[in-house]
Amino acid sequence: MNEKKVIPIGPYHPLQEEPELFKLYCEGEIVKDVKWETGYNHRGIEKLSESKSFDQSFFLVERICGICSTSHPFAFANAMEEIADVEVPDRAKYIRSIIGELERIHSHLLWVGLAGHFLGYDTVFMWAWKYREPVLDLFEMISGNRNSYAMFKIGGVRRDIENAKIAKIRGVLDLVKKKTDLLTGAIMDDPVIHARTKGVGILSKQDIMDYCAVGPTARASGVDIDVRRDDPHAAYPLVDWKVITAQGGDVFAKAEVRLLEMYESIKIIDQCLKGLEKEKEGKIEVVVKNIPAGIGTGHYEAPRGEVFHFVKTIGTNSPARHKIRAPSYVNIATFKKSCVGQTISDAAISLAAVDPCYCCTERMAAVYDYGSGERMMNGIELVEKSKRRTEEIRRNY
Amino acid sequence: MGFKDFCFKKSLWLFHFGGASCNNCDIEILDCLTSRYDVERFGMKLVGSPRHADVLLVNGSINKRDKKRLLEVYNQLAKPVLVVAIGACGCTGGIFAEGITFAGPVDKIIPVDVYIPGCPPKPEAILAGIVKLLNKK
Repeated sequence: MNEKKVIPIGPYHPLQEEPELFKLYCEGEIVKDVKWETGYNHRGIEKLSESKSFDQSFFLVERICGICSTSHPFAFANAMEEIADVEVPDRAKYIRSIIGELERIHSHLLWVGLAGHFLGYDTVFMWAWKYREPVLDLFEMISGNRNSYAMFKIGGVRRDIENAKIAKIRGVLDLVKKKTDLLTGAIMDDPVIHARTKGVGILSKQDIMDYCAVGPTARASGVDIDVRRDDPHAAYPLVDWKVITAQGGDVFAKAEVRLLEMYESIKIIDQCLKGLEKEKEGKIEVVVKNIPAGIGTGHYEAPRGEVFHFVKTIGTNSPARHKIRAPSYVNIATFKKSCVGQTISDAAISLAAVDPCYCCTERMAAVYDYGSGERMMNGIELVEKSKRRTEEIRRNY
Repeated sequence: MGFKDFCFKKSLWLFHFGGASCNNCDIEILDCLTSRYDVERFGMKLVGSPRHADVLLVNGSINKRDKKRLLEVYNQLAKPVLVVAIGACGCTGGIFAEGITFAGPVDKIIPVDVYIPGCPPKPEAILAGIVKLLNKK
């Protein structure tokens, strides 16, 4: 018997909130190959962005992903500020970093909860989501909305964090720190979680290099990359913090990296709040009147890895080209390494370990040739197409 | 008591269909189910199969690829069924309504009973919407 069975997960599966189809090719209970299909979440954001003005584009890129809804505007603002050549005031830098790190805390708590849920450990799910709520309350206090904050604009931020609110933020951070201690203790010492996550979904350092994975996925395998340190921007060079790495490369190491990163985020926010107290209130933006023609790139370390935005402007009121690369786009490809050779029951947590975010990923639709039935473009064709296109751009630009 | 009242008299079970969304509404729906808001105390819970559900929650704009799958899910639901469109994208298409892959808001594809606008709607708003749904039926 050498029969290969295909087990589909998705596109509308109770396990995942987002539509995405995974095909697990199995022999017995062992996964032999993984394929995935995207396109259920494609909204044409890059094209939409070309029809919006620069200020409107911030609201659009914020809605690429609801969980990392600061990371995309952060990277877009970096790209636009490179084109406009402006330096953001210090107070705005601190506010940007505070919002970015608060988001990292709530995103990592969300992941810890979901990972517990995938393991069938719903107590962790309920706990982590309960302690995520105070962070969302902080967002509501600062920006008026729990999830999409609309804090960014070219040259600064839209709203100030008044000094009167700092005590409240500190109070919530203390609470979150205490509860993170509790969660870390519960996860690090639990024999059941050890049994389910240690040695599962291992990605070696070489695999990370091969698949160009980023973020906590890479850091858990000992690859020391972090955009916040490697390309300093906002308030990150002004504060003292360190990049967390682990060596295991398995699901447990990824959980460890995320939990420890939350402490670093709390440290960064605390120092940024001290910085805010020293600055004068109200100086939160530089007015930018014109955007010249040019090319700008910006990136930011989202909770899941590096977000990259490329913007080309031609002196008009909207981007001429807007290219977005989200971290999950490269991280999802590592499933080929992490899932293959495992049992089906371990596949779910291996998929969840990279914290895949499909709404971030969906930048390209699948290609079909209706004349000869269904056909996807293969790698060679895509490379050829890309080469041809690059030549065209080089000639015309 | 009519047939419809009889069907919705006891615990409502929910099936969640996430279209081409930004994930915000999905997370807020899950938030409703976790400890702070806890709709399970009213007997509502998410189920894995559309055949078990009394209420269909749809969020996100619907793109061309999702459209026929949404219809398929709707056809699998045991009728009578209540449909809730959640979020600005579910109600109208929102910011993605001009997108190249947009295939119409939810109410162009299946009949909708309650709209809960917001980007994303707060869990309180989702709860209020469900209460209105219960009073309306």
